[in-house]
Amino acid sequence: MAIELIEGSLAIAHGAALCRPGVISAYPITPQTHIVEDLAKMVADGQLKTEFVNTESEFGAASVVLGALAGGSRAYTATTSQGLALMLEVLYNCAGMRLPLVMCCANRSLSAPLSIWSDQQDAMLMRDSGFIMGFAEDAQEALDLHIMGYKIAEDERVQLPYMVNVDGFLITHTFEPVNIPDQKLVDEYLGSYKPFQVLDPANPITMGCFTEPAYHMDVRYQMHKANLESTKVIEEVAASFEKKFGRPSGGLIRNYKLDDADTVVVAMGSITGLVEEAVDTLRGKGQKVGLLKIKTLRPFPTDKVREALSGKKHVVVMDRAMSAGYGEILGSEIKAALYGTPNPPAIDSFIYGLGGRDIHEDEIIGMINRPNPGTHRSEWVGLRPDLLEE
Amino acid sequence: MSKMLKPGINVKPGSSKENKTGSWRNYYPKFDHAKCIACGTCETYCPEGIIFGDKEHKYDADLDYCKGCGICANICPVKCIEMLLEVR
Amino acid sequence: MEDLKQKLMKKHLLAPGHTACAGCGEALGMRLIVDAIGPNCIIANATGCSEIFTSKYPQSAWEVPWVHSLFENSSAIASGVEVALKARGKTGIKVVAMGGDGATADIGIGCISGMWERGHNILYVCLDNEAYMNTGIQRSSQTPFNASTTTSPSGSESMGNQTLKKDMIAIANAHRVKYVATVSLANPKDLERKVKKAVETVGPSYIHFQAPCPLGWGFDSDKAVEIAKLAINTGLFPVIEYEDGQLVKVQKIAKKVPVEDYLKTQSRFRHLLKSDAGKKVIAQIQTIADANIEKFGLV
Ligand SMILES: Cc1ncc(C[n+]2csc(CCOP(=O)(O)OP(=O)(O)O)c2C)c(N)n1
Ligand code: SF4
Ligand code: SF4
Ligand code: SF4
Ligand SMILES: [Mg+2]
Repeated sequence: MAIELIEGSLAIAHGAALCRPGVISAYPITPQTHIVEDLAKMVADGQLKTEFVNTESEFGAASVVLGALAGGSRAYTATTSQGLALMLEVLYNCAGMRLPLVMCCANRSLSAPLSIWSDQQDAMLMRDSGFIMGFAEDAQEALDLHIMGYKIAEDERVQLPYMVNVDGFLITHTFEPVNIPDQKLVDEYLGSYKPFQVLDPANPITMGCFTEPAYHMDVRYQMHKANLESTKVIEEVAASFEKKFGRPSGGLIRNYKLDDADTVVVAMGSITGLVEEAVDTLRGKGQKVGLLKIKTLRPFPTDKVREALSGKKHVVVMDRAMSAGYGEILGSEIKAALYGTPNPPAIDSFIYGLGGRDIHEDEIIGMINRPNPGTHRSEWVGLRPDLLEE
Repeated sequence: MSKMLKPGINVKPGSSKENKTGSWRNYYPKFDHAKCIACGTCETYCPEGIIFGDKEHKYDADLDYCKGCGICANICPVKCIEMLLEVR
Repeated sequence: MEDLKQKLMKKHLLAPGHTACAGCGEALGMRLIVDAIGPNCIIANATGCSEIFTSKYPQSAWEVPWVHSLFENSSAIASGVEVALKARGKTGIKVVAMGGDGATADIGIGCISGMWERGHNILYVCLDNEAYMNTGIQRSSQTPFNASTTTSPSGSESMGNQTLKKDMIAIANAHRVKYVATVSLANPKDLERKVKKAVETVGPSYIHFQAPCPLGWGFDSDKAVEIAKLAINTGLFPVIEYEDGQLVKVQKIAKKVPVEDYLKTQSRFRHLLKSDAGKKVIAQIQTIADANIEKFGLV
């Protein structure tokens, strides 16, 4: 085990490489590029033995890793934004076929207008796909989620792909001290890939059948159920990971000073560091504020969210993405989770940080302390009035 | 066999044989073994791959699957296959 | 009879019970191709007729390992399978990608270009029935000049599809595909030989199969082979073979037939036979056939 000050992308590359994927295929796109460049260099330097396939597009790369999984190999890809959108047809297919891909997404906005900067709009394309979706808050967790991702995806009870979401630039291009686990520990923890379905002339199965109405709905239900029930596996894996590697990481949710809090901020990804600072500032002033970090968006941890937020007075949800023509996304999911619970809290939701727009601690404090709690729905924070008002 | 769905819904090779496409047919091929020269051309060209035979037994079609397309009758060099109306 | 059937029925790698139309040239060609490939293969198939009529859950006509993912990615899926076999140290299994003309020449051409450029040891088979048949006979870039399809219908203002067939053979050769050949139902021995050669090729190989489609072309279900022969003898479908970009063999035309004899067998060309304007188009189609004959030395 070694603690090194490295760029987030390199931590992610280490996370992927430690899992020994037999096939890696990807296509460069900012801010994911450093990840694939680092992996390519590891291959070139003989540090990583894998079939590294450069493709003509993300669509091709996603298809190559799908084929590799069907061919019985552990596989890895990374992308973001436009690349993710281009992969989408393949990714839904991958989940439906129950193939345990691990994919990293360096979260970025979606065009138009074109922007290479960070938000979580791209991730929202994947909510209904069947992928399990983890969100890292820093480079360490980004690395860890790769190891946990394979462990979860390849579990017989799950057999679904796993998406590691990391905020583009904010994590991928930031230098942080990262604990890189020993290869031996990861090997012991993951074991080699044992596929549940594989193309093999000795046992010639047919994969990827089409279904008529007599079957389709049931197959989809089974996939949905496996995703829902993976909450159990995700918790088991978070526990076994902590035991093996000696640090808490991943899981369904994480709390920060939540137990005695009256007001709870709900957020996802790298912003949680700044929210912790805001919580500490307000606590210094005697305000009982806490933070609920959503670590897994799919399966949505409904029970955990209810448990964490029951009895709270006020909940503030921060969305780094929006549903055009509706507004909040995480906000509406939190509301739905609390609907029908006794004495639900007042809930406010805010949209922030789109396309790399900076956000400051005082803005977060502003969200928490808006007058008339419970009346703020999908409020945009950090807009420029000079551009929008006469 | 259990109908229980398994993740990936993979299926067994050649399981389409359960689907007897012979019911599609309006015409069926009648092989005249006396005229047949056992050239095997019909066997090669049947889109369903269900014509069988050899020199000794001459050739026939598996009517469980024959769709009655008539390719065999059309291709037979000695015209010893006749397509007859299926009476069901 | 049952016993005899058991004893004498050849074991094909495409089982009966599939749901192709009666007399489907694509089903016939695919069976001949897969039988020639042999059991030690893995096939990645694109969406299209060939996929739909062989893999309706819970049944499959495939006796070999087979996977379908999407319409436009069978070549990339095959690429993934091929590298996975390498990663697992498995040798001797031929990986094959397959798709219709739409999957090949239109929507899937980007992935195919990538596969060829990377030099995977994969046989790609195009099942060219000259339109999007699975979705109801819409035109593709392989639809012949002035054929009527549902998206290039003939009418008072149109003679049908206004484009020439995209030249997949030239595109394959431009990618330095090691072995490139066209095959036809008219010559199953030649088809078998070429497919076996493609399988033995280490590196990319491409087989372009013309698949007469009774439903989409408009002919009776017993005519697929006859029509394939006419396509060759008019010069409209040259049966040719390239090794490392060099033309090594062509199938000579035994007796040259005017294109009209081919066109009149199919309802997709019927409108051409009815008017003077149609006659002009037929003359243009004759020019296309003659150019093929000239280019490849077919007579
Ligand atoms: C991305 C996408 N676009 C369109 C379709 C609809 N579609 C399915 S098969 C097909 C046509 C297939 O044509 P071709 O490849 O020539 O095969 P054929 O059915 O003619 O054998 C189309 C348009 C699809 N499945 N996916
Ligand atoms: S009629 Fe068609 S399906 Fe039936 S045996 Fe002859 S060729 Fe085969
Ligand atoms: S094609 Fe005719 S002659 Fe040849 S084997 Fe078949 S039935 Fe007999
Ligand atoms: S539409 Fe044409 S290609 Fe498709 S199954 Fe029918 S005959 Fe075959
Ligand atoms: Mg077609």
